[in-house]
Formats: sequence, C-alpha cells, structure tokens
Amino acid sequence: MKNVYINSIASISAQKTLDNTSFLDAIEDYETNVLPVINPNYKEYIPPAAARRMAKGIKMGVVASKIAIQESGLDNVDAIITGTGMGCVRDSEKFVSAIIDNDEQYLTPTSFIQSTHNTVGGQIALELQCKGYNFTYVHASTSFESTLIDAKLQLELDEEKNILIGGVDELGEHTTEIQKLVHLVKAEAVKTSEVLDSKTKGAVFGEGANFFVLSNEKQATTYAEVVAIKTYNTLAETEVLQEAIHFLNASNLNIEDVDVLILGNNGDVDFDAFYTTLAEGFKNTQQASYKHLCGEFNTASSFGFWLASKVLKTQTLPEVVKTNNTDTTSFKTILLYNQYRGENHSFTLLKQC
Amino acid sequence: MSKGVAITGMGIISAIGNNVAENYQSLILGKKGISRVSKIKTNHVNDIMVGEIDFTNEALEQQLGLTSDNNYSRTALLGAVAAKQAIQDAGITDINAYKTGLISATSVGGMDMTERYYYDYLEDKSTQKYIEGHHAGDSTQKIAEQLGIEKSLVTTISTACSSAANSIMLGARLIKSGQLDRVIVGGTDCLSKFTINGFKTLMILSDTYSTPFDENRKGLNLGEAAAFLVLESDKVVQAENKKVLAYVKGYGNANDAYHQTASSENGDGATLAMQKALDIAGYNPEDIDYVNAHGTATGNNDLSEGRAIIRVFGENVPDFSSTKAYTGHTLAAAGAIEAVYSILALQNNIIYPNLNFKTQMKEFNITPQLELKEKPLQSVMSNSFGFGGNCSTVIFSKEQ
Repeated sequence: MKNVYINSIASISAQKTLDNTSFLDAIEDYETNVLPVINPNYKEYIPPAAARRMAKGIKMGVVASKIAIQESGLDNVDAIITGTGMGCVRDSEKFVSAIIDNDEQYLTPTSFIQSTHNTVGGQIALELQCKGYNFTYVHASTSFESTLIDAKLQLELDEEKNILIGGVDELGEHTTEIQKLVHLVKAEAVKTSEVLDSKTKGAVFGEGANFFVLSNEKQATTYAEVVAIKTYNTLAETEVLQEAIHFLNASNLNIEDVDVLILGNNGDVDFDAFYTTLAEGFKNTQQASYKHLCGEFNTASSFGFWLASKVLKTQTLPEVVKTNNTDTTSFKTILLYNQYRGENHSFTLLKQC
Repeated sequence: MSKGVAITGMGIISAIGNNVAENYQSLILGKKGISRVSKIKTNHVNDIMVGEIDFTNEALEQQLGLTSDNNYSRTALLGAVAAKQAIQDAGITDINAYKTGLISATSVGGMDMTERYYYDYLEDKSTQKYIEGHHAGDSTQKIAEQLGIEKSLVTTISTACSSAANSIMLGARLIKSGQLDRVIVGGTDCLSKFTINGFKTLMILSDTYSTPFDENRKGLNLGEAAAFLVLESDKVVQAENKKVLAYVKGYGNANDAYHQTASSENGDGATLAMQKALDIAGYNPEDIDYVNAHGTATGNNDLSEGRAIIRVFGENVPDFSSTKAYTGHTLAAAGAIEAVYSILALQNNIIYPNLNFKTQMKEFNITPQLELKEKPLQSVMSNSFGFGGNCSTVIFSKEQ
C-alpha cells in the first residue's frame, strides 16, 4: 500500500487565506453571527462572462481548485472528489422561491442546474477537461471526510496518482434565516475572539472552499502525509475519548504521540461538551481550534485540514488558534476531531513528511 | 483483499411495486407505473406523466412505526422502507455483528418538505422540525438509524442521476479493500415540485408515456423510488453460509467534461465508464449478455448512450433495453432500481422489453429488445448517467 500525501492546498475563507505564502498573519476580527468569505478577485481566475453565471459555490470551488492544482505543479488530476453539505444553496433558494412566488411560471433552468449537488465537481471537470473519476459527497459534517476516505482508498491501491479533493459550502440568506429560528445559528453577534467561549446556543455560520491535491508521491511542495481517517455516524460523548485512543492505536500511536489536537468546537453550548471531554484526555497536548475564524458549515472541517497542513509544513502554530499553552515547538503528528450537533464525527491523523 | 463482492439481499419500492416480487411481476407482465401526478399539486399536472408510489407519507410512517412528531421527508421514508427490506432479504438479524456501513444516494433529499414549508417556517413553529432535514445527508442518517447501524461509516453520494450507481461502486471498493465487511448501498428520491419544474425548464419532460430509444421520443417521465442492496465480503458469505444473489463484478465512473447538463454527441464519458467497468471485471465486451441502459428517452441521452454502446461493443451489441418506461426516471435512485432489475434478470434469465418503442432511430441501427426474452444470462451491465457529466457503469455477474 502506498502512502498518501497532501501536495498542495488552497483556501477561500473569512480570513486572508488565499495567499499560500502567508499563514494567518493578520486576523480579520468580526462581530457577527454570519461570516461570509473574503472574495478573491474571481476575474483573475474565471472569464467575467462565465463568472457572472456561476453560483458563488462554483466560483469558490473553481478558484480554489485552480490554486491547488497550480501549487501542485500539475496540469491536470486523475480524479475530482468534492464534498458539500448544502451545495449551491442560494440557487436552490432562488428556484424554490421562484416556484412559489410565480406559481410555477417564468422559471429558468440556471438555478435548477446549479442546485444539483455535484455542480461544483462537474464544473471543475469542465474547466480542467478532466474526464476521470468524479464523485460528490453530501453527508453533513462528514462530507469532506468522505472525499478523503475515497481518495485515500484509490491512492493507497495506486489506482490513481493525483486526486483533487475539496470541501465547499456557501451561505444562503433564507436558509440562514430559518436556521436562526431553530437556534442552529446564534441569535446574537459575537466577536471572533469570543466565539469559542460564547456559551450560547448555535454557531456563527460561515462558508468557504478548501481544496487539496492528494498524491501517492511525495514532492517538494508536500505539506503532510494523511495517515488515517475514520468517520462515525453516531458516537456518544462518553465514547469519544476511547474511540480517539482506538483510532490512534490502529496507527501504532498513543495520546503522547500527538503534538497538536485540532478541534472543531464552535461555541455551541449544547454540543461543545464532545470536544471538552476529548480535550480533557489530552491535557498535556497542545490544542487548537479554528471555527471562530471560518465559521461553522458542513465542510468547515476542510479548513481544519488546511490548518493542520500549514502547521506541519511551516512548523508554526499561530497564536490565534491555540486554546492552551504547552511548550511544544516541534509539530510532527496532528489529530483532528470534528462533529456537528452530536452526529457525524470524524478523526483525521496527519504526519509531518 | 476480498476477491468477490457478493450481493446477498435487496429491497425496492417503486411505481411498479412495493417490494422485489411485485417489481418483478410488473417487469415480466410489461405493466408500467406511469400516470398523472396525484400527490403533488402542480400546474403541470396535465402536461406531464410520472411514476408515483401509491403509499401516502402517513402510510409509510405507519409501516415504519414512526410517531407523528417525526421529521422524515418522503425521501427518507421511501429509503427506510427499501433498506429494511434489503436487510430482511439478506437474513441479517444483528446488523453490528460485522463492520457494516451505509452508502445512500439522493438528489432531492428533504426538498419535498423544504418546498412545502419554505415560507411557513418563518411563521408556523410546527413546521420547523423539518428545517434540519433539508440537507441530503439527513435521509441517510435516518435510514442508518432505522437499520440500527451505529458508530460506522455512513455517507451520501449526490452526483445527480448516476448517484446510486456510484454508491454501489464505493461500497464494492470498501469491501474489496477490506475496510468494511458489509455495506448497504442504494439510493432514494421522492417526487417534488422542485424536480418537476426543474426538468420542465430544461424542456425534457414528455407529456405522454416516455419512449426510450424511439426516433420520436419526447423526453422523460419523472419517477420516485428507493432501492438498496446488501453487499458482503467473501468472509461474511462463508462464515454465515449466505445465499449469493449475484456479484458486483465491475464498475467505472468517468466524466464527460462536455456540458453541465447535456451529454456529448459521441458519449465520451459513457464510453469511458463502460470500458473502465469491463477492465475492472476483467471482461471483454462479448462477456456482457444484456445492457440495462440509462435510456431516459430524452433526445440527447439516447443518442449519446446509443453511440457509446456501439463504440464499446462494435458490431456485436448485446441485447439492451431501458426500464425507465416502467418506473419513470427516478434520478439518484435509478442506479439502485436498475441494479435490482439487473440482478433479477440474472436470477431469472430474463431480458425485459423496452416499452413504448415504435420507430427506429435514424442515427444508428441498433434496436432495443422489444419483447420479454428468455436467455441464459451470465453478466449484465447497467448504465447511469447524470448532470455534471457524471457517467457510471456497474457490471453484475453470476460468477465471483
């Protein structure tokens, strides 16, 4: 079985993450409950006429994929695997509201087509003229991890050499509005620096696109090795630490071998206990969190994966993500844990190359 | 690595039957399930025909023993019914006795409830229970819960109309690689105003019975359905002395990279998908005895798919037919529905007729199978193609 490497990364988020030469040097400080991305200059990557027709999710996905492929030094990839919780939800909203408002008349197909969940993966294939394998996973907070499982399987068995994976989700106005009603989105605006300790119901919602080229060959640009990935549809709070240990043991590692534990906590008072319980078991380990920077969305964990990749390559851990202070200065092994509202948990293990 | 990927159970609910036996009876009797839509209020009621399942949501909730405060979309209800049948058919009593995963496919997800309560959510608290069920993974989570699958790999694929074929493919790969011993794979989609109007704007809905591979085809009939297969490793089959219905022998996915919705003129993606599936199976084209075509009856698909079939099989195109005139096009579920039909074809050595065909297409000279045909079958190929250029082929076989 071959090893699997992260050979390039690209992130569009609410932070200045587009430029791979910087690493959370200057933090955008918001006070909000909805956190849109900092838009790249899409025209630099997509002809304006085409960009005008594209949903935001497609634009983010296309730009992130171009940056990732460019950094990998490749012209094309063998396969494209995307994850998205809601797809291009603004187009879904547009089409549903048009059906209702206009009583099923005067509809145009564009928003229907773009509401198809694999529209981002399909559009990237079109842009790249990539006729290879093309899958889209849409399973809530493990949508991105499903792409990772799939890509890892193919690369380990050497079925493909280079695979583009990515997580992408966009904010939609109506969806956010109704999610506020049921307390998925926080009722109040919260400062970025205070999100993780807000202790109120719901999360600050965000959006973004994080894309990566995974390969079974290491090269100069390589960020890290993907050692293991596992998802769980259910897991009780009392089982999380035990599962983390099982998961590490399967790779012949123990708690002490983990240099950084990266958690997906979002400041939701009802569900952060999953993370605090796990964190207690890693008391002596350096810990970090990221959802105060990018917001919560179904594929927010792909930002965590981006963060871990950067830490392992640059051997630096930005202060803004640290949630405790150990004297760790060498980062060899990173464990990521994420879940959303008590469901769809994942552990991901990355190693320095 | 496990050599074979055995299919040991299947379940289905569609417009032509509420279980496997009823579906098979309809198939061999040439009985289609296409009618005017009755459960969705749409202005297009007289312009379209659909494949609708008789049961109301309430009846399905009752079958599943759900209380009235449940927040199941119709997609989840249909999926749970079909998946439970599959588990029962495979004789599984303890689902967690082996490493068991679930891979479902859907394109509609919880859209039926979203479109019903879109503005009501803002006013009426009683409707708000459906808000969390909008995303496509929700139906899969609910099916997993219905089956008792815990702490395992559960995921959802959405690649439009090839989705369920892709869930079969991923399931097979997870078993072959030894990551899982057993995977429940399939798909579910209900009818919705969203898809009716969406396909309407694309002008690919027929106003009458769909006629796959007919020169004068006018477009597709939408349908709703769910189907699931139980895939098991050699280890489980041996340990449990399981009866094997058929094997997943080959699979391939490729992208047409031509257009967001239309297929390329010569079916590049479809050709690649079929060739990859043959390669994985270690088969030559002549090893395929029957092709269950995607055959949606749109002008574009049937021409592109027909040409791709000729590219793959040359002068010796095997018997082929589309079963979409029976069920309607069930979108993300179609690959699973037609997997069940392909396995039934193998089990019974039967090829189903391509209903409603009258006139030979002028672009090529291949003609679908028009009458029910008995013939010894060893291997069946099933095609599923979708928006975003997504092309998938799965090969089912009697041999391991």
